[in-house]
Amino acid sequence: MTSYKEVFANLNRAALIPFFVIGDPDFDTSLELVKAAIDAGADILELGIPFSDPIADGPTIQKADIRALAAGMTPRRALEFIKAVTDYKPIPIGLLVYYNLVYQYPTEQFFADFKAAGGSSVLVADLCIDDADEIAIPASNAGLDTVFMVTPNTTDDRAAIIASKTTGFIYAVSTLGVTGQRSTLSDMVAPLITRLKDLTDIPVCVGFGISEPAHAVQVASAGADGVIIGSKIVKFIEDNLSDKDKMKADISAFIAEISSALSLS
Amino acid sequence: MKHKGRFGQFGGFYVPEVLIPALEEIEDAFYRFKDDPKFAAELDNLYKNYAGRPTPLYFAQRFSKHVGFNVYIKREDLLHGGAHKVNNTLGQCLLAKYMNKTKIIAETGAGQHGLATSMTAALLGLEAKIFMGALDVKRQSVNVHKMRLCGAEVCPVSGGTGTLKDAINDALRYWTANITDTFYVFGSVCGPHPFPTIVKHFQTPIGIEARSQSINTIGRLPDIITACVGGGSNSIGLFSGFMDDKDVRIVGVEPAGRGLDTTEHAATLAVGKIGVFHGAKSYLLQDDVGQVHETESISAGLDYPAVGPEHCQLKDSGRAEYTAVNDEQVLDAFGIFTKLEGILPALESSHAIAWLITQKGVLPSETNVILNLSGRGDKDVDIVEQNRQM
Ligand SMILES: Cc1ncc(COP(=O)(O)O)c(C=O)c1O
Repeated sequence: MTSYKEVFANLNRAALIPFFVIGDPDFDTSLELVKAAIDAGADILELGIPFSDPIADGPTIQKADIRALAAGMTPRRALEFIKAVTDYKPIPIGLLVYYNLVYQYPTEQFFADFKAAGGSSVLVADLCIDDADEIAIPASNAGLDTVFMVTPNTTDDRAAIIASKTTGFIYAVSTLGVTGQRSTLSDMVAPLITRLKDLTDIPVCVGFGISEPAHAVQVASAGADGVIIGSKIVKFIEDNLSDKDKMKADISAFIAEISSALSLS
Repeated sequence: MKHKGRFGQFGGFYVPEVLIPALEEIEDAFYRFKDDPKFAAELDNLYKNYAGRPTPLYFAQRFSKHVGFNVYIKREDLLHGGAHKVNNTLGQCLLAKYMNKTKIIAETGAGQHGLATSMTAALLGLEAKIFMGALDVKRQSVNVHKMRLCGAEVCPVSGGTGTLKDAINDALRYWTANITDTFYVFGSVCGPHPFPTIVKHFQTPIGIEARSQSINTIGRLPDIITACVGGGSNSIGLFSGFMDDKDVRIVGVEPAGRGLDTTEHAATLAVGKIGVFHGAKSYLLQDDVGQVHETESISAGLDYPAVGPEHCQLKDSGRAEYTAVNDEQVLDAFGIFTKLEGILPALESSHAIAWLITQKGVLPSETNVILNLSGRGDKDVDIVEQNRQM
């Protein structure tokens, strides 16, 4: 496994971080798509375990969760999936998960098994810094990094606390809202990056609403260490459910396009 | 956040970071205004002259004869809007107003909380959006019309099974995107802190009144108090008045739907496992890996897979006991009670009535019970009629 520190240090551009719901639309296709994303230029992967009630997600990722669950995805299968990805290539994998799935596994065991599968970090979407110890301690025991979110309405004091509990990267949410594609990037994003950069040396990766190469470049030039692209990629799956070759081709082409835009910027 | 919002290990605020500033703002306003003389006087006036508090404690003579012990009914069904929900919406909407918010959102199951929110929004000049599961929109159409007549926008939610949990999911998502100018009027004592504490506070008049009415009319405290438990607000309202009266037995009644041996029920405290959902740690109906179950109950207002954190604590400490009755028992109870008392009970409240019917021959004849009639059943007549024909 390559650590985040190495990845961010060795890249001479912002890291490209595609997001997938594990098992969307099914285990095998999903694995092929993730491999294709790696081949097309992904530096880090953000992978989500599907949940019945994803309150931080907009319609695109909600539908992906439903597809993956219908195809039989479970937390245990998701860890097998992650093992298969890291066997293919030792790329850092950040997990995005809703707390109840970790809690039921239960937590200590989940972190240990995720580490064994080759994972790097865990972001629990519905657990905030006030209860961070419920996961930060097991994560550190397992040798995993923590990732927490900062949103445009997070105060400086709070952001400083979040930074102090974060060992991987800060997930800066570009806007006030749930996940989903957006035609323009929120004007809250640049000030947020500046604010975080003034506050901490922890890498800052930006997600939510990044849908085009221009958005990625905009975020990178504002100083972000990474760009996370979710709904836009997941939408390629939704739009091509009957044509898996096109699904894969579209995703590869899109990631390659972002990758070259980031490298050129 | 100033407080942790814990009830033992339960409760807390398990939410995405973006919601924290809004919850902090509400927590702050609640503790600032709840005992503020102006706020308290204004709310008291609305309780009395708008909602119709205090509600009577009524001795149900014929029903008592039927079950063989004394049953007193706390008449929350007589409140404006037809349910206890208005206690909470008046409190929260007034709080929103004191916070200078002009827009509010709410989720609703049976439509009772949505209706109470819509009425209160009209009264206080607030703009209301109500999220309601698509199935519930269909099965509670009368309430949908009433909400719209009050000027609220009703947003049908088609995700999941189109019931209460899906409505809350979408309300939370909407709130996330509109956090700066919108107040979320949560409908029960669940969800993230500070909602369980706030909603309880505004429902405490039920218990305070019932306790003093009991002393005045029965001449002493009741032996048993009982209420139906969905999210748990009407029950917490009643229970809170008797918490320190150790001899008063507290019984909450959950929906066993098609039976506890199926997954088609919503009896969270009876068979749920501890989990984290909609912002709180509580008992939760879920599968082996933690995916949250779709629930099933004849009463839309109890159709929810989680339950208020304080109830979880009361169950574990043994201070309250929780039991469940199935749809069939509820329909029977609805019929019997209506015939004997000329009062249509909400199907939600009929759960508590159904439990009392199971106690016929069990409880001694001198037993005094207070039952919280959380709402009236006019909204349920069609459902009852359909089930009778089946
Ligand atoms: C009449 C009535 N009783 C009870 C409930 C259940 O809610 P709670 O358990 O919060 O009292 C509802 C919810 O809609 C209701 O309408």
